Amino acid sequence: MSALLEVRDLRVLRDRRPVLEIERLAVESGEVLAVVGPNGAGKSSLLLAAARLLKPERGEIRFGGQPADAMSDLDYRRRIGLVLQEPLLLDTSVFENVAAGLHFRHLPKEEITRRVGVWLERLGIEALRQRPAARLSGGEAQRVSLARAFALQPQLLLLDEPFSSLDAPTRLRLLDDLHALLAETSTTTVFITHDLKEAGRIARRVAVLLDGRLRQVGAPEQVFSAPADEDVAAFLGK
Amino acid sequence: MSFANPDVWEITLLSLKVSGLATAISLLIGLPVGTGLALGRFPGRNFLLSLVNTGMALPPVVVGLAVAMALWRSGPLGDLHLIYTPTAIVIAQTIIAAPVVTGLTSAALQQLDPRLRLQLYGLGASRAQMVLALWRQARLPLLAALMAGFGSVISEVGASMMVGGNIRHQTRVLTTAIVLQTNMGEFGGAIALGILLLVITFLINFTLTWIQQRGARR
Repeated sequence: MSALLEVRDLRVLRDRRPVLEIERLAVESGEVLAVVGPNGAGKSSLLLAAARLLKPERGEIRFGGQPADAMSDLDYRRRIGLVLQEPLLLDTSVFENVAAGLHFRHLPKEEITRRVGVWLERLGIEALRQRPAARLSGGEAQRVSLARAFALQPQLLLLDEPFSSLDAPTRLRLLDDLHALLAETSTTTVFITHDLKEAGRIARRVAVLLDGRLRQVGAPEQVFSAPADEDVAAFLGK
Repeated sequence: MSFANPDVWEITLLSLKVSGLATAISLLIGLPVGTGLALGRFPGRNFLLSLVNTGMALPPVVVGLAVAMALWRSGPLGDLHLIYTPTAIVIAQTIIAAPVVTGLTSAALQQLDPRLRLQLYGLGASRAQMVLALWRQARLPLLAALMAGFGSVISEVGASMMVGGNIRHQTRVLTTAIVLQTNMGEFGGAIALGILLLVITFLINFTLTWIQQRGARR
């Protein structure tokens, strides 16, 4: 397996303060990597830097083995899918929300209709096709947000705590559905969460981020059963 | 002055043309500038925002004075021979409406969730696509900005009087005609023109409000 995404010597500042310093992190093609850590650990900064939505002070991002700098921000972002904590839907119908990124790519109308149809069905929201986004429940809105990202057929999917604002039953259902979709599509995914159960359920590997630094990376059972140090153990509640 | 008088319709048409054009130009200026102020982060941004907000309350007579001085025969733009022409009124009204449209555009876009820009970029939007999507998202307050811009110029009298001169068949608009009728003691004519101005303003705002609320219901 080769790394689809690799960050090296990454340092991100916010308000001139370092919030993230990572020597190396690689995401293999087809794997789901969960990045866990408490609030303020730098998880979202890592995700935004990986999406090239936050400019690091220094460091290199490689995509598909090539320096990501070789392509424009737009070209790079059109290879990824991004789902944030809040669905941030546009004030239009469910269909148009899922179609938004496809319109940005100037895809033919028939292809847009086809892809939107496929992903509305896969996310179980076909019946909501024409409903205004403003009239969706939290769980429905996040399903639309996921459909919108999957419809892009991204090489890399970046998920920033997508279920954290949902109630427990909705979260569990969505997590199961997402798990099935990721397994089916083999989409390379970085899944940010502070919920260890979510991470263990969905990821092949877990990276623990504390105070802006990677403290341990490994299979979930390995990380959870053998924390690398006291801080990781404390975070894991061991 | 009765509604049967052809002067009334000439004056009404000129009012609509002048204020409509001034509003359209204000939109062409205010939409991009307001967007830049809302989305940009650059030195002097707060100063510029304060300037625009101050501009939203510019007294029309002060604008009229400045434009009259600039367009006066001996003024810096005197060679253009624009003083006492409809173009002069359009210039003055644009200066009045542009800060209103700019300020309200900026406020409308700043009210959107700042993470929406990140999400749009994350969906693969170019900068232009991102801005268009934000305008679409803020279309209701942006329509309000348009209404406020038009309202600020269709009803102003000071600047139109000073730079237009209220010349019959040339630069007489509804508001300046009302002033003239009142000065002549022709209160009946002034009231009729006043009602006409109110009806026109109502109809235009009613149409825009209908479009706005139709959008809100969707």
